[in-house]
Amino acid sequence: MTCEPWRGKLDAYLDGELSPAEAREVGAHLQGCASCSADALGRVQIKRSVASAGRRFEPSAQLRAQVTRGVAAKRPRQIGWQWKILAVPAVLVLILSVAVDVYVSRERARRQGVFSELADLHVAALATSTPVDVVSSDRHTVKPWFQGKIPFTFNLPELQGSEFTLLGGRVTYLAQTPGAQLIYQLRKHEISVFIFQDRGEETASLASGPTKALSFNIENWTQDGLRYFVVGDVGPDDLHALAKLLRGTQ
Amino acid sequence: MPDQRLPAATFEDLALPLFDQLYNFARWLTQDTTEAEDLVQETYAKALRGFSSFQAGTNFRAWMYRILRNSFLSSRTGLKTTVPFDEEEHETADPDRSTPERLLIAQASREMVQQALAELPVPFREILLLCEVEEMSYQEIAEALSIPLGTVMSRLFRARKALRELLQPRLQRGPA
Repeated sequence: MTCEPWRGKLDAYLDGELSPAEAREVGAHLQGCASCSADALGRVQIKRSVASAGRRFEPSAQLRAQVTRGVAAKRPRQIGWQWKILAVPAVLVLILSVAVDVYVSRERARRQGVFSELADLHVAALATSTPVDVVSSDRHTVKPWFQGKIPFTFNLPELQGSEFTLLGGRVTYLAQTPGAQLIYQLRKHEISVFIFQDRGEETASLASGPTKALSFNIENWTQDGLRYFVVGDVGPDDLHALAKLLRGTQ
Repeated sequence: MPDQRLPAATFEDLALPLFDQLYNFARWLTQDTTEAEDLVQETYAKALRGFSSFQAGTNFRAWMYRILRNSFLSSRTGLKTTVPFDEEEHETADPDRSTPERLLIAQASREMVQQALAELPVPFREILLLCEVEEMSYQEIAEALSIPLGTVMSRLFRARKALRELLQPRLQRGPA
């Protein structure tokens, strides 16, 4: 067939892949060849029907939104993305730090409230004409005196060989909880020792250790279910010495 | 698209207009809506990550299709597709009776063509879609499919032939 060379070029011609010169040649041949024009027409129609049949599937609106979001998330590129990566933890850190701050300051206020109240109790007891209800330097007198007045019992240290003197004791209340207040003396300074059951909301979260309230030094700890507070205007070392004596008895 | 515009163009500007056609192509490849959606999402995610390495001046559309197709080929469905032998090249001329055959096939309904396209092996289906639906140049197709230009022509030839061979018997025994 004389048309064979042309037929071989028809697809490329219809696909627009021939050089302009070649395309002109094929075009010229088609004008004069009915057989080749019919062939070309058939190919064009198949191309068209494939083009039409191939445009078939529409993406869902949901997918479009997802892809658009995913692409837009990076705009402006780098800065926007990094900002987002950093921003999420940063916001979390901010929220957390504010929450921690609030918690810490409320805790501090609450703790400070307890310590202030203890300092008040200490001052108030010393200011009355009868700071103690049981006047005795003998721990074996003072301890039994509390029986039936407070819902727990405790031991008091032997003070011989120390600089501390027991002046006496009284019943006191901290946050509606009864407890024992013992007053010791050290070189003309009075020191209060408060003992409560360690179950109250007020004292449960207190950290053990030395602290200060209204310029009184305070040391506190928990031992055998009891919460001890030592409050006085002596230095922390002297407070600690008394605390050590008390701890040693339990 | 002109080279000069590419550095200024954002990924979004270039990639979003291709969304509908990429989905259509993905759906044809996977033959499944969910898989197609995953494939398109994966394609955009990969392209977004790789956009910095995209060479300005090369064909962005072909690049996107290449990513989509490579993702498909490494997917569970894609791994099952067979690649035809492009080695048996250069069967160019059709028998003379091809002309009436073609004219007959041109009568095929849209549904018949869709059915036949779906039945074609993936390499034939995809090259027909890129050529006829996306109207890509042979060069673009070569880039999208990562094959030489000569292979584009021979595979396209064989794909068209395969489509005709699927349609012809159905037309002859189909409703007149």
